[in-house]
Amino acid sequence: MAETVVADRHAPGAARAHQFDNAEQQRDAATMGMWVFLVTEIMFFGGLFASYVVYRALYPMAFAVASQALDVVLGTLNTVVLLVSSFTMAVAVFGSKTGRRRLMLGGLALTIALGLVFLAIKFYEYYQKYAERHVPGPSFAFPAPYTEQAKMYFTLYFAMTGLHAVHMIVGCGLLTVLIVMARRGRFTPDYNSPVEISGLYWHFVDIIWIFLYPLLYLIGRHLE
Amino acid sequence: MPEHIVPIKTYTIVLVALLVLTATTCAVSFIDMGKINAVVAVAIAFAKASLVALIFMHLRYSRRLMLVVAAAGLFWLGILIALTMGDYLTRGWQ
Repeated sequence: MAETVVADRHAPGAARAHQFDNAEQQRDAATMGMWVFLVTEIMFFGGLFASYVVYRALYPMAFAVASQALDVVLGTLNTVVLLVSSFTMAVAVFGSKTGRRRLMLGGLALTIALGLVFLAIKFYEYYQKYAERHVPGPSFAFPAPYTEQAKMYFTLYFAMTGLHAVHMIVGCGLLTVLIVMARRGRFTPDYNSPVEISGLYWHFVDIIWIFLYPLLYLIGRHLE
Repeated sequence: MPEHIVPIKTYTIVLVALLVLTATTCAVSFIDMGKINAVVAVAIAFAKASLVALIFMHLRYSRRLMLVVAAAGLFWLGILIALTMGDYLTRGWQ
């Protein structure tokens, strides 16, 4: 019997799993579950943000000088790309709630495309850092007197943007699954929690970048 | 709680605000204001994050419970950073 209920959950008009009183309670439970997960994500990234605060407080000049080695144009461009992708994601969620399937599919496809543009720019930046020998390791090079302290900055740069990029890749995967489900007609105005909560995840990853951008790219600009 | 559908116009206004704030934080970072630079950068980042959380993530239209969950995450992050820096910043004290 339970199997029947799970299968029925995806059928139009039968949007509620048996443990919930009504569709509204089911939707709130899904949203709440995602928010609790996002809080654990805040703490996941939080360890890196705390490390950043510690080392920036210890080596303010080295961090400012090392920050100038990043490409501010590409960083700003990527910020714009990600903000627009959050907008297209919000439009996709709007489409799912109002039953406009083509708007939802278009929004999801554009969001994935913008996510891939972000990743492409990011990996080009990584390549530049590799060529400039700014990747911490045996071949690392940075002008004295900040060589060792700059290594700490670049370690944090790669750890923070790398973890963020992994989240972007996961997000693109999630949205691809949503497109497949949407094409099969799984979402209705009564049942669209997967779109809504994947949207929450995507916006959260956007918020992480909103903080990474000024903390990594902009701290040394006024010294130029 | 009945579902609140936010019109696309609202999302568009938020997007424009986010882009303006991005341009602002970038431009301001080139002006030397000493320690104020960091304060302005973080304040603008919080303003942008709030816009995304309240409108794109529908916190403004959701149950208060979701707001409490989100605020709890920030509160615990605050504890993490405040206690860590409470250690590092006072190591030189005699």
